[in-house]
Amino acid sequence: MQKKLILDSQLLSITIDRLCQELVENHGDFEHTVLLGLQPRGIFLAERMKEKLDKTVNRDIPLGYLDATFHRDDFRRREIPARASETKVPFLIENKKVVLIDDVLFTGRTVRAALDAMIAFGRPEKVELLVLIDRRHTRELPISADYVGKYVDTLESQRVLVELDAAQKHHKIWLVNKD
Amino acid sequence: MSKLSQPHLLGIKNITREDIELIFETADNFKEVINRPIKKVPSLRDVTIANVFFENSTRTRLSFELAQKRLSADVVNFSASTSSVKKGETLLDTVNNILAMKVDMIVMRHASVGAPHFLARHIKANIINAGDGTHEHPTQALLDAFSIRERFRKLEGVKVAIIGDILHSRVALSNIFALNKLGAEVMVCGPPTLLPRHIASLGVKVELDLKKALEWCDVANVLRIQLERQQIKYFPSLREYSLYYGINRPMLDSLKKDVVLMHPGPINRGVELTSDAADSRQSIILDQVENGVAVRMAVMYLLAGANS
Repeated sequence: MQKKLILDSQLLSITIDRLCQELVENHGDFEHTVLLGLQPRGIFLAERMKEKLDKTVNRDIPLGYLDATFHRDDFRRREIPARASETKVPFLIENKKVVLIDDVLFTGRTVRAALDAMIAFGRPEKVELLVLIDRRHTRELPISADYVGKYVDTLESQRVLVELDAAQKHHKIWLVNKD
Repeated sequence: MSKLSQPHLLGIKNITREDIELIFETADNFKEVINRPIKKVPSLRDVTIANVFFENSTRTRLSFELAQKRLSADVVNFSASTSSVKKGETLLDTVNNILAMKVDMIVMRHASVGAPHFLARHIKANIINAGDGTHEHPTQALLDAFSIRERFRKLEGVKVAIIGDILHSRVALSNIFALNKLGAEVMVCGPPTLLPRHIASLGVKVELDLKKALEWCDVANVLRIQLERQQIKYFPSLREYSLYYGINRPMLDSLKKDVVLMHPGPINRGVELTSDAADSRQSIILDQVENGVAVRMAVMYLLAGANS
């Protein structure tokens, strides 16, 4: 199995800082904005960003966890049903600006399912998508991200691996060849 | 793995502890879904389910139907009292006719023990047993165990007394299997005529004295006296039964702790449970009903998902 490092922990930190700055540029003091992390792997990023943003704008920005498993379009089309994770959206998103946060944008199908799942909590004024890694040329749906940490050109046979250590301090992101 | 070991849910006896834990984990997520402003997910959009009830039911049938609708499945209902079964059609013929209409899953209640097992051998559809005679009622046992787990945050070591008509109760049998698999301690309590012989061989304690059972347990799952299944007299009168095995306020107050009360419904108020016990804060009877929908959603989701 060949592995190539895309982002090391220091570069990741810089990238996340930049994404936060971009959000502040567009959302100002976050008065009408909420963050939704996509389960399972968008959560760590969403939490880290919330921590930074809270300090920058001096406010407790609402953060929800959204699981799109029950809205996926591949149910009964794969061998076994996908395992669901917790959804926790303790606020209404009616007329709010929503920033969906995920680690990797690949086919776009998870994001489509997430948009569907999100509607159960109200009709937002605007929805944006933020991803750490955008795998270019792999989209199966007309979906693109508004904020991107890093563009990566990948083959379908490759996989992007987000590695976290227990203390959640030293994240690394790898591009892995499946064999 | 996020797949059940069986393509059907016929009983608790033939599923594993891992299956039950997977169902509970999935049900946790569905419980969140049914508490949203919009209580519906599109998962079973292309699945058709037939609810085939050869015996009367309000709660179980309503609960299944709600669960199916919350999952966006298409539902057809069939009840024996208004159907060709009255004209002498066999079970297999009835169900084959329903299947010819392209049904993917069948939820069945039947008065005969083993009827869903028979179907599962002959029919290509997922079968869910919603009660077969005096044998098993797996989804009830799952929702009971799920409700205990919710209250105590665990099942390992929780002491559960099942009280009343054990002999005629499919709820009791399924509960014993489920709780044993999950590591809870189980006791059955009732008049000797309503306790099956050799019940202790299932690994449960047997107690004839209600007071002692209540002193021992953390949870009392009180069963209904099933007069419709009793061809002979098992006890002299309902009044006498209620005197020895009915749970009432003074009795609960005389205990040193708060026993959690459960009942699969429908309650014979004043017989096995008085109103001031059934409606008290110790009772989780209505939680059981709410959890029933979430647990049934989980079962159908997992069975339908493993189809391909």
